[in-house]
Amino acid sequence: MGMPAFPEAAEEALGKTQQRHNLHHATHTIRAKRAGVVGELDDWQALRTAGADAKDEALAHLADYLEQLEENLTANGATVHWARDAEEANRIVTALVKAKETDEVVKVKSMTTQEIELNEALREAGIDAWETDLAELIVQLGGDLPSHILVPAIHRNRSEIREIFLREMGQVGRAAPEDLTDDPARLAEAARLHLREKFLRAKVGISGANFAIADTGSLVVVESEGNGRMCLTLPETLISVVGIEKVLPSWDDLAPMLQLLPRSSTGERMNPYTSTWTGTHDGDGPQEVHVVLLDNGRTHVLGDSIGRQALRCIRCSACLNVCPVYERTGGHAYGSVYPGPIGAVLNPQLRGTASEVDKSLPYASTLCGACYEVCPVKINIPELLVKLRGAVADQERPSAESAAMAAAGWVLSDPRRLGAAQKAANSVGRLLGDRTIRTVPGMGAWTSARDVPTPPTESFRQWWARERGTQ
Amino acid sequence: MSTAAETTATPAPRAAGPKVALFATCFNDTMWPETLKATVRLLERLGCEVEFPMEQTCCGQMQTNTGYGKDAAPLVRRFVDVFDGYDAVVAPSGSCVGSVREQHATIAREVGDDALLDRVEETAPRTYELSEFLVDMLGVTDVGAYFPHRVTYHPTCHSLRMLHVGDKPLSLLRAVKGIDLVELPGAEECCGFGGTFAMKNADVSIAMGADKARQITSTDAEVVVMSDNSCLAHVGGLLSRHRSGVRRLHLAEILASTEEEQL
Amino acid sequence: MSSAKQEILDRIRGATADITTEAKGVPAPTGTASPGATPPEGIGPETTPPGTAPEAAILDRFAEAVADYEARVLRVHESNLPDTIAQVLRDVDCRSVIVPDGIDAEWTGSLGTAPEVVRDTPSLAAADLDRVDAVLTASAVGIAATGTIVLDHRADQGRRALTLVPDTHVCVVRTDQVVADVPDAVSRLRPDPRDARPLTWISGPSATSDIELERVEGVHGPRTLVVLLVSA
Repeated sequence: MGMPAFPEAAEEALGKTQQRHNLHHATHTIRAKRAGVVGELDDWQALRTAGADAKDEALAHLADYLEQLEENLTANGATVHWARDAEEANRIVTALVKAKETDEVVKVKSMTTQEIELNEALREAGIDAWETDLAELIVQLGGDLPSHILVPAIHRNRSEIREIFLREMGQVGRAAPEDLTDDPARLAEAARLHLREKFLRAKVGISGANFAIADTGSLVVVESEGNGRMCLTLPETLISVVGIEKVLPSWDDLAPMLQLLPRSSTGERMNPYTSTWTGTHDGDGPQEVHVVLLDNGRTHVLGDSIGRQALRCIRCSACLNVCPVYERTGGHAYGSVYPGPIGAVLNPQLRGTASEVDKSLPYASTLCGACYEVCPVKINIPELLVKLRGAVADQERPSAESAAMAAAGWVLSDPRRLGAAQKAANSVGRLLGDRTIRTVPGMGAWTSARDVPTPPTESFRQWWARERGTQ
Repeated sequence: MSTAAETTATPAPRAAGPKVALFATCFNDTMWPETLKATVRLLERLGCEVEFPMEQTCCGQMQTNTGYGKDAAPLVRRFVDVFDGYDAVVAPSGSCVGSVREQHATIAREVGDDALLDRVEETAPRTYELSEFLVDMLGVTDVGAYFPHRVTYHPTCHSLRMLHVGDKPLSLLRAVKGIDLVELPGAEECCGFGGTFAMKNADVSIAMGADKARQITSTDAEVVVMSDNSCLAHVGGLLSRHRSGVRRLHLAEILASTEEEQL
Repeated sequence: MSSAKQEILDRIRGATADITTEAKGVPAPTGTASPGATPPEGIGPETTPPGTAPEAAILDRFAEAVADYEARVLRVHESNLPDTIAQVLRDVDCRSVIVPDGIDAEWTGSLGTAPEVVRDTPSLAAADLDRVDAVLTASAVGIAATGTIVLDHRADQGRRALTLVPDTHVCVVRTDQVVADVPDAVSRLRPDPRDARPLTWISGPSATSDIELERVEGVHGPRTLVVLLVSA
């Protein structure tokens, strides 16, 4: 179980003033940037459709496209591995690293390797995995967990980051300069110097992939800092752990995707760096290239005809940035590397709804629909949330809630019963007159901060019957 | 999603007056009869023939959104039975209309009732949120209302993002005589109600509502108006607890207000 | 065939048993590109043929969009290119510049004795590359809508590490390499099955916004990017 249910974790998160401030600033800034660059394209809705169609096509015929991907990767000099679950993927990667007789790897930011806890598995085998994305470095050095898909250290401010760098960098490599300030440019410079020695000596790089193109065998990594290029280019060996849902049928599918992803993600027309590679390339980059294709629950998601749309996700994080719940709780409350609205639908599908946190996630939303509106691949997150609530409700039956719902259903299925219930409310209204209701027994959560509307002395249907005389 | 303009035949001429069924919604019926009375006054003033089918109860939104969609099937059946044959079904609630238009079909599919699905697909497109009905079907934005107060409008999520009512409520409010309509900062952000969300995630719900209440008071408005009494009760409850002095009114109540019959 | 592969493929086929449509783009024989799904109207490329310079508005848009990323953009006639390259390198106090072997020899004709020209034959070790100040390359494609330059790492661009480790990248883009938008670029850059080249898409200098969302130019890649848009 481990992680607390969302409401408890959220309650704690709401009390963190600095985090609330950072989240508000960050989400609102990216939101505005995204809206600006999306507004530049007059065919945005058509692009969304094209993006969704490309992913749907890949998912509908996933086995065929994966086999085609493997064939093209192999033909271009890569070695393909298949992993049913996290444990198997970690075992494959660990063995590959050990075969290179090294005790460290450099890593490109990758949600998939976080999902399978690869760093921890490597650590157990005596291998250090250095995260090289600036935010991931901050999280790793701080002994922390990521709280956002795109900007994982969103919950930290500059002075906290300075402290972490001063305290931790020297323990694992080149120390931060003693006169380090909290100026972001100085902090980035410290990271550049700290990581450069690691990049230059690393024998093995580990990445994920944003896209894997079936018809060419190309992998694609989209990034900003150049740490990805370092890991993909300088080491002799490259291992990419790729979720099976990352497949795109055709090279041409990059046309919508490379427009949708950066604009939705960082709110830029294009991210600073995108790398594509197709197996190995003579005299350029790693000469040993491995691709680990990972299931780890994805086929379970695929088996649900409505739920499978969540596998379209391209990890842009636009849904986080517009989510009013995420904005206030941050990512840790979701108890997974996939936070926010997409996490609320993806985690319970990948992991099932047995744990306290997973069964609470479908309810961690007001169903306001902002996530669906911005999703570049049109994942109907509210629809999925409602569907998952159904799964949780079914699993929990019989419960106090299901009994209450049944009772409500019984009252509402008959206008006479509804009328009787209304008369009960009316008598409360008559009793109270104009007085405001400030607390109701059993409704503590509601009445702790809100006044409750006083029931009227007469329902509308009573008024209509009285005034208009139809019954 | 379908819009009113696409899915319905040409509106009945105003003089003849379309036959409109008022879908009260169980929450308004029980808790907010004044909103419904205002809706009736307004529609009749605009020449509609309004009926209130007494057999109606509830759209089933609460059950559906809490995970009991299958349990809502009898309510969907009742809905299509009750509202069969009207030119239009009108409700002063964006979220209940959203439920009818977006969720009834899903429920029918979930319980595997094809006959019900056919009937839903016939009824749902004829079900309108009040502002949609006024602007799209009656073709009016100036409904002859009078309301000389400083007002700010919060567009509730289901009206905005499920029904895509756009600026229809605002265009109706702008035409109200005497009104001082002020823009609400961060208007399109959710107020934090979310039905059972307010109970299951009370802390986040209140945090969101508190921010919304703060935005509302920042406008110095005397009145906050919405098209959903559920959201209005949530934010209004917070404003009231803080003795903010901001009055909450449903859109229908402002539009029904005239110089002769002021609110 | 590994048992893991078989099991995953079986799971997938079971999970998608409800789908009856045919795959659009598979299976293609090894090593041949399949046409794939046709993109919807308005999304697909409308490429001007390679070798033709696009209209002036597209070039203007390209220059503006590159400049938006805090990259330096200079528009030069090819006759002035060697002098411009020398000037640009002096402007950044460059002491050494690495030049791929396939680059037009004239481009470095105005450099004189400084900066020192370094060659990548035989290939430099990464640590040696780290001691070089700048890199001068050609490019494969420029994208007007996004201000992106794409390298396909042919002989006039060098292997990927060359444009990554040195701190300044001077990149020459010919006007006839500029396309209007991303779909045009994707279409021009489809990997040749007999010679699939790696690609690097570059949009401004390396950047991060990881600390309080404040943009900092330059983390690991070159912190200075100079784009020379050259007309014939």
